[in-house]
Amino acid sequence: MSTVVEETYDRKVGKRRMSPFRWLATLGWKHLVGLAVCVYALFPILYIISVAFSDSGDISGGLFGSFTFKNFEQLFAGDDPDRPFVQWIINTVWIASVSSIGSVFLSALAAYSFSRQRFRGRRGGLLTLILLQMFPSVLGLVAIYAILSELYKYVPALGLNSPWGLILVYLGGSLGGGTYLMYGFFNTVPKEIDEAAKIDGATHTQIYFQIILRLVSPILAVQMLLSFIGISSDFILASIVMNKPDQYTLAVGLGLFIDQPYSKNWAMFCAGAIIAATPIVVLFMSLQRYITSGLTGGAVKG
Amino acid sequence: MARNTEDVTSDAKTVRLSAATRRARQRMVDDGGTPSLRGTIIKIILLGIADAAAFFVSMLLVAKHQWTYLAGVVIVTLILNFIYLRRGGLPAKYLSPGVLFLIFFSFSVVVYSAFIAFTNYGGQHNGSKEDSISSVELGAMVTDTNAPWMDVSILEDGNKHFYFLASDNMSEFAADGVTPVPHYYLGGEDFNATTGWHEITGDELSKVSYGAGLMGYDIATGYEGFTTLTIDQVTQEGAKFATLKVPLSAQIDTDGWMALDPSAAGVQRTYYDAKYDAATDSFTRLSDGTVFKADNSQGFFISESGERLNDTGWQTVVGLKNFNTIFGNEKLRAPLLKIFSWTVIFAIASVLSTFILGLALSLLFNDDRLRGKKIYRAIMILPYAFPGFLSAYVWKGMFSFEYGFINFNILGFKPGHGIPWLAEEGAAKWAILLCNLWLGFPYMFLITTGALQAIPAELTESAVIDGASAWQQLRLIKLPLLLVSLTPLLISSFAFNFNNFTIIYLITGGGPSGDPSLGVDVGGTDILISFVYKIAFSSSQGADYGLASAFSILIFFIVGGLSLIGFRRTRFLEEVTE
Repeated sequence: MSTVVEETYDRKVGKRRMSPFRWLATLGWKHLVGLAVCVYALFPILYIISVAFSDSGDISGGLFGSFTFKNFEQLFAGDDPDRPFVQWIINTVWIASVSSIGSVFLSALAAYSFSRQRFRGRRGGLLTLILLQMFPSVLGLVAIYAILSELYKYVPALGLNSPWGLILVYLGGSLGGGTYLMYGFFNTVPKEIDEAAKIDGATHTQIYFQIILRLVSPILAVQMLLSFIGISSDFILASIVMNKPDQYTLAVGLGLFIDQPYSKNWAMFCAGAIIAATPIVVLFMSLQRYITSGLTGGAVKG
Repeated sequence: MARNTEDVTSDAKTVRLSAATRRARQRMVDDGGTPSLRGTIIKIILLGIADAAAFFVSMLLVAKHQWTYLAGVVIVTLILNFIYLRRGGLPAKYLSPGVLFLIFFSFSVVVYSAFIAFTNYGGQHNGSKEDSISSVELGAMVTDTNAPWMDVSILEDGNKHFYFLASDNMSEFAADGVTPVPHYYLGGEDFNATTGWHEITGDELSKVSYGAGLMGYDIATGYEGFTTLTIDQVTQEGAKFATLKVPLSAQIDTDGWMALDPSAAGVQRTYYDAKYDAATDSFTRLSDGTVFKADNSQGFFISESGERLNDTGWQTVVGLKNFNTIFGNEKLRAPLLKIFSWTVIFAIASVLSTFILGLALSLLFNDDRLRGKKIYRAIMILPYAFPGFLSAYVWKGMFSFEYGFINFNILGFKPGHGIPWLAEEGAAKWAILLCNLWLGFPYMFLITTGALQAIPAELTESAVIDGASAWQQLRLIKLPLLLVSLTPLLISSFAFNFNNFTIIYLITGGGPSGDPSLGVDVGGTDILISFVYKIAFSSSQGADYGLASAFSILIFFIVGGLSLIGFRRTRFLEEVTE
């Protein structure tokens, strides 16, 4: 459809040729501004790529002065026990996976209930969720730390210094974060479907797990990936819960490299940053459509 | 209420049904149906796993004698079992897993933060009063230097109780003034249950066997009926014997005990210099008789002259003290106002700069004739797709002084002559705003593009027909319409930046550091939340969680109030209240 429009448009332009001056005045300058903005948007990214492939982290000679895979090799060689990069990747992936799957599961359950069932406190519950959402987790740092250190005393596996403790905190935020959005999704699924299945003798779990969840599964998947992006980029909670280098996630661990810009470590940091960022950027770009529609719903990326 | 106004919505069209029909249909949905066998089995298995986990946690709590927590776990488990085992009550079945996490890790965080704000919880006050008392007593354990040092042999009886067999060659001497007249003592670790500490005299002396001591005199090395431990045995379990106490009387607290010296060759009297008295809730220092009364409002033991006995106090409710510190402390007032105003300026400047750039770009690119829009758009979104914490680290590196990418490569300064981006307050603020502009403009570009496209074309067309200039179209038509739909987003963006900890903490760490004489590090680029983090987690003065929480609560009210205004302008709340 849009290509057809462009073609007719092109033909029109072909007919009455725009003079170069006119082109510059109407469109050309926009391309110039666009190029300038692209340079602004790209230069820090080009910069890290350049440093990551540089020999010593020193690129005072200009971008892409040297080219080597050495920094990547060193990252994966794992000969520095204080900076177990591969372990960080593993930690990040599994903590973020469990947390995002868990939180989507929990909030989908709750959202379905809010959407379909009528019970006392339903309205109050939804409002409470929205209010809790306004309390950023940064503000609760001290309390989270205190609660986890108390847990650590009695159930060490769920407290400070444990990935499960961190997962619990992420799951705690899941209901506030995702329920309201999913509530909207479930509302778009006609209630008649539930009723028809009910008449055919389906139980409520069959309706939920086998019919409704399947209908909204694309949106659940998107929601899960967004939550994965958010959790794997979390710095602050991970930094207060985890205290040992081999427990760090990428967000916390990579910081250990950047004590000195323009050193070997700085080059390794940039190499690590590229590895950490690439999957997230790819995910983000491919989910762009959903993210932008979510943006206008009031979500702000953290 | 909600039920009567409930609409049965199917996509866009709304069908209104009679109240009775709707109630009947709702009843049908609310009824769970006859459970299937497979479903029941799965349910029992899942519930079994949850119960097993709860049982495991309960056992851990029993082992630590935590009865209150145990009661909590048991009650929660019982409620969960009740919810899932009974028929009906569907909402609870769907809500309880999420609500459980919500209560323990979200709701309780809010409530607990509010509570901590009224306590003195912190590095100096992180335990109970009992913990504090025992730590004071531990610290007050002193060796009595007036008491004689005695050679010792460690004995063991048939019941695995340990004894000190001590030889005192220092208290009494023969007429020549050099040759010691030995005294021998024996005592077990429990004064009442084993042989209590006493001097060996008379007939009992015949049970003692002797050997060569370190000082050249014979010492007691064995006692009839006891096994003497060899030096190897003692050193192997050094830790155990280092804390072994042999009481001098049944009142160990007042009379003291014999304890091994570090060489494990001798013992000397040891006692508590400060003794806790539960009746008066105070410590008395035995060496000078000073009484330190428990001050429950401060969490310390304090003498009449104001001397503090302990460095580690206990956690206690201090009322409004933290809030008084924030609002009433003269010394802190100026720095706090500075932090607050920078927080507001930072948030406003971030929103405005990103919004203006984003709006300008979306106006520019909202042109059907422009080619390659998709490529421009993809490149411009990159900074937003890039994880924020990494961007902050990268910008920090680029701002570095000597060979930093910005100073050296872009601005072309010679090393050592550039702009001290991170070391000087004004430059650091610009550095942060520049980085935040880079991080934030794609978001604004995306939302303004969306909002621009939602403006009906007829409006701008009719304006063009009426002869409005491009600037007039923007100012009189587009901008007012944009602001209507975007204000809530701008407000939440403000709220987000108000607490944008990551960018401040990772780029400047709140630095450059301020006046060290203040006692708290008020950095030049600290915003409230990074300042709170410093108070709580990286203060040289010891963490003050209470004060940090008090700040958090205040920030919550500021940001929460703003967000409420923002939400009220959307249809957010209306939708929920249907």
